[in-house]
Amino acid sequence: MKKAPVINETLKPRKLSWGNYLRRYGTLYLLLLLPVVFFVVFRYMPMAYILGAFKQNNIIKPPWEVAWAKKNGFEWFIKAFKNRDFIYALRNTITLNLLDLVIGFPAPIILALLLNELTLQRFKRITQTIVYLPHFLSWIIISGLALRLLAPTDGLLNILLTRAGGEAIPFLNKPNWWVGTYVALGVWKEAGWNTIIYLAALTGISPELYEAAAVDGAGRFRRMWHVTLPGLRPTIITLLIMNLGRILGSEFDRPYALSNKLVTSVSNTISIFVYQNGIKGSQFSLTTAVGLFQSVIGVFFLLGANKIAKQFGERGVW
Amino acid sequence: MIKSRATKIGDWIIVAICCVLIFICLVPLLNVLARSLSSTEYLIRNEVLLWPKGFNLDAYTTVLKDAKYTHSLVFTAWLTVGCTVLSMIMTIMCAFPLIYDNLRGRAFLNGFVLFTMYFSAGTIPHYLLLKNLGMLDTVWVLIVPNCLSVFNVIIMRSFFYGIPDSLREAAEIDGAGPIRTLVQIYLPLSTSVMATLALFYAVGRWNGFSDALLYIKNRQDLYPIQLLLYNILQNTSSIEIGTQEGFFDPGVGETMKMATVMFATVPILLVYPWLQRYFVTGVTIGAVKG
Repeated sequence: MKKAPVINETLKPRKLSWGNYLRRYGTLYLLLLLPVVFFVVFRYMPMAYILGAFKQNNIIKPPWEVAWAKKNGFEWFIKAFKNRDFIYALRNTITLNLLDLVIGFPAPIILALLLNELTLQRFKRITQTIVYLPHFLSWIIISGLALRLLAPTDGLLNILLTRAGGEAIPFLNKPNWWVGTYVALGVWKEAGWNTIIYLAALTGISPELYEAAAVDGAGRFRRMWHVTLPGLRPTIITLLIMNLGRILGSEFDRPYALSNKLVTSVSNTISIFVYQNGIKGSQFSLTTAVGLFQSVIGVFFLLGANKIAKQFGERGVW
Repeated sequence: MIKSRATKIGDWIIVAICCVLIFICLVPLLNVLARSLSSTEYLIRNEVLLWPKGFNLDAYTTVLKDAKYTHSLVFTAWLTVGCTVLSMIMTIMCAFPLIYDNLRGRAFLNGFVLFTMYFSAGTIPHYLLLKNLGMLDTVWVLIVPNCLSVFNVIIMRSFFYGIPDSLREAAEIDGAGPIRTLVQIYLPLSTSVMATLALFYAVGRWNGFSDALLYIKNRQDLYPIQLLLYNILQNTSSIEIGTQEGFFDPGVGETMKMATVMFATVPILLVYPWLQRYFVTGVTIGAVKG
């Protein structure tokens, strides 16, 4: 007796009245209840505190109970850009992210091309397992490894360098070297992991293309250039957009864990500026303003990069 | 295809390059492992490279005898398990309803969830909210605020999409409600993606550092292993920089530091290789739909 109307309903789901709809699918909303509460409380409610960027600094009252800041509420944005530490932080963030983009972005592509050429399947799998490893280590662990390996007098690298007759290199203690080390460690951590996406895209390339290229006399490099890379093009563009969108984004763990007193001039990024002046220094309004600036610019970069990609005839992120 | 001699040589060159890369990936860990197992006299003479000299387990036993370390390790382990279970439940609860075409308000809910991925309020607003909720210096602040990742919801949802609708419709015709469809049809088919996401959540919590640094101020018993490790590294590394604050015996402090790094690393090393097949598919789904 129960089944007949059910069949009818599933055939014409759009015609259900709200009452019947909720009886059948109400549990879906019940499932969504906790996640929605989570997003409201921990993702949307913080947005109310953005108001603090336009209000006077008050470390006790919430921003909606505080008077507006000077200069039509834009006092803190103006102050941020007059703050030498912030300008340095902004410069460092952009520099480090650009270097990551220029050096860190192509690395997994090259590595994927290399892995793709491995013919021994077993060796290929072992290699993959090992190059994925650093991705799973936290920046705190990596900083521990790096401090040891790159220590000025008794680190492995410098022991070998001095034994070979060279001079020890202050990898983490001189600003320029620190920047290089920061970027290199980023490559070390993520290059292997980021090959996953490219290797997956490579499986979509038809083997016939390779065979045709081989028949035409194309060697290994010509096949890479004319078959493999074009096959990766959509993936490369999509990932490039996402990376461009993050150009002003600022990791915290990475610069914070690798930094030390001798290199703050290049290692202090926006995230560290916010931590030191906001959490530690209680300048909530100033640092909220900085965070808002960062988020808004991030959204604009993402939209812009996406638009450019579409003009080039690519799929874009959306 | 018959390979020419040049191709064969090329193959071997590529194998050789990969061997070098494998070596580069492993050297830092091998060096630290060797040092943690060596005796001080060899360390001071810079004789330990990749193989321990004067083998001993003193550093490990010292760490294990120190209640501060063992407490933090056990605490972080429980925290990781709890967070992973909670996160998986939340992720499934969020992703599953969104695959129903006829879910009313679906477009709004999708946008509501996705928006948080592109625009974040920022560090300070999050901090102030948690402060006003009275969550600072409680264990909840390490569990709840990051228990759901939009990125992982997208991966889960995409995977659910890949399961044919006809299965769901058949179940509905047989009278199964959404919960039953989820538990008896979708979840058994989704073990691979669930393994992947559980790995992501677990690694994220085990490696989590900044939330503890920001939100745990006066409760040392709530220090996750990464925060403890950071404090230890900063203490002894000040000797390296030469600020000469050191009342640490460089040798003992050094091996203990290395042993702690190993304790924080080994659990991950034991888990991830077994899930490689799964997370490769998980990452791929995420990239396609993200």
